[in-house]
Amino acid sequence: MMNEILVITIGAILVNNFVLAKFLGICPFLGVSKKLETAIGMSGAVIFVMTLATFVTSLIFKMVLSENSYFSHLSGLKFGFLQTLVFILVIAGLVQIVEIIMQKKAPKLYSALGIYLPLITTNCAVLGSAVINAKEGRGIIFSTIFGFSSAVGFSLALLLFASIREKLELARIPKVFQGTSIALITAGILAMAFMGFSGLVK
Amino acid sequence: MIILYSILILCVVALILGLSIGITAKYFLVEQDPQVEKILSLLPGANCGGCGFAGCSDFAKSLSEGKAEVEGCPVASAEVRKLIAQVLGKSVSDYIRKVAVVLCGGSNNFARKISEYNGIADCRSANIIAGGGKACRYGCLGFASCARVCPVNAIEICDGLAVVHSDICIGCGKCVKACPRNLIKLVPETITVHVFCSSKDKGVDKKKLCDVPCIGCRKCVKVAGEDEMLVDGFLVRTNYEKGPAADLPLRAGCPTNCLGNSFPYSYKKLSKGLIEEKVA
Repeated sequence: MMNEILVITIGAILVNNFVLAKFLGICPFLGVSKKLETAIGMSGAVIFVMTLATFVTSLIFKMVLSENSYFSHLSGLKFGFLQTLVFILVIAGLVQIVEIIMQKKAPKLYSALGIYLPLITTNCAVLGSAVINAKEGRGIIFSTIFGFSSAVGFSLALLLFASIREKLELARIPKVFQGTSIALITAGILAMAFMGFSGLVK
Repeated sequence: MIILYSILILCVVALILGLSIGITAKYFLVEQDPQVEKILSLLPGANCGGCGFAGCSDFAKSLSEGKAEVEGCPVASAEVRKLIAQVLGKSVSDYIRKVAVVLCGGSNNFARKISEYNGIADCRSANIIAGGGKACRYGCLGFASCARVCPVNAIEICDGLAVVHSDICIGCGKCVKACPRNLIKLVPETITVHVFCSSKDKGVDKKKLCDVPCIGCRKCVKVAGEDEMLVDGFLVRTNYEKGPAADLPLRAGCPTNCLGNSFPYSYKKLSKGLIEEKVA
């Protein structure tokens, strides 16, 4: 049990990092990494939503969509093809509910996360973690752990990248490389650095 | 069969989500003041920060909470102010719009140059480096620092001198802060007579550096009366609390042509015909 949790956590954070190894969630990775402050806000929102979303989607998958689910046995049919549709629906609705509750109960957190919370609705990393969980056939608890740790992995990459980009602002960069091009090169080197972790977890 | 079941599953999921969103929205409703939105739609939306708040929405919020006054917005016109006051249920005093004016007439044509400034084209840096190229220590540097901060592009550089188009100016006061020589003032729109000089030197010394300084001869003060024009050392200033009539520059006969009207009504010597046109 402990071993498996460790494998999932280390695997999701370092080895199969969502951004740098699986290339999921590249849009926020490039979009909100100009300042460390916004990157922290985005990371918080992603960790929160992804943990919640993987829990709920895996629950629904186990109950209704999976091949050995109660509902499939009852009807004698397979509903695996519905997973993308249902997951998107559930994630979008969930974010909406969380936003409403947060605005009332934790207005400070709400204004801190700001625009990033609704933006995550369409974040491919969140959907990706749900789909990977379904593909691997993980249980609800392991799914949630995987969702949380892959969100941490995303945050790690985002924060690293944002702090490098902040330093790059002050560096003397040749004119042709200024702006987005040096950012993309940096992202590439960062991804190569994370390649060093491959093989740590099979 | 599978189609029916799929539709059923999606419908149920959507129904549950929709219901729970509806219920949470009802139970966790955050009351928002409808007044704020109304005021915000009335405000100019320039987000210039002239009111001292962080943008128009913050100002609208403070207005409805009673933390700010309607007069705080320098951009809104008199009618808009009245409308906002109506929303708030207050009365508003008759407000006179303020516009910026650059109190210097030393264009390249009139002001002596002592050097050629080749540094960064910015007034602040020119002011630090030996005061730019012009000889007068008080005059306009003409590097457009004020024009760059203007949100409505109301400031034009005419022959090395900043000139405010007072019909475009919204009176936000950003240029006032930008000018390193404090030449720009916010004045009531109705007073169009200005002394276009801010030099505190003696009249004789000023005349050596510039063709159009105020030499403090008091000719305009005698014509207009003591409380309409004020004497301040070697300099005469308009009393902006009780300004003189717009035709004063014509009647006073300023020997250096330093007294003039604000820009769209005339610009000093450059368009003397226009003054007569406007006054007539």
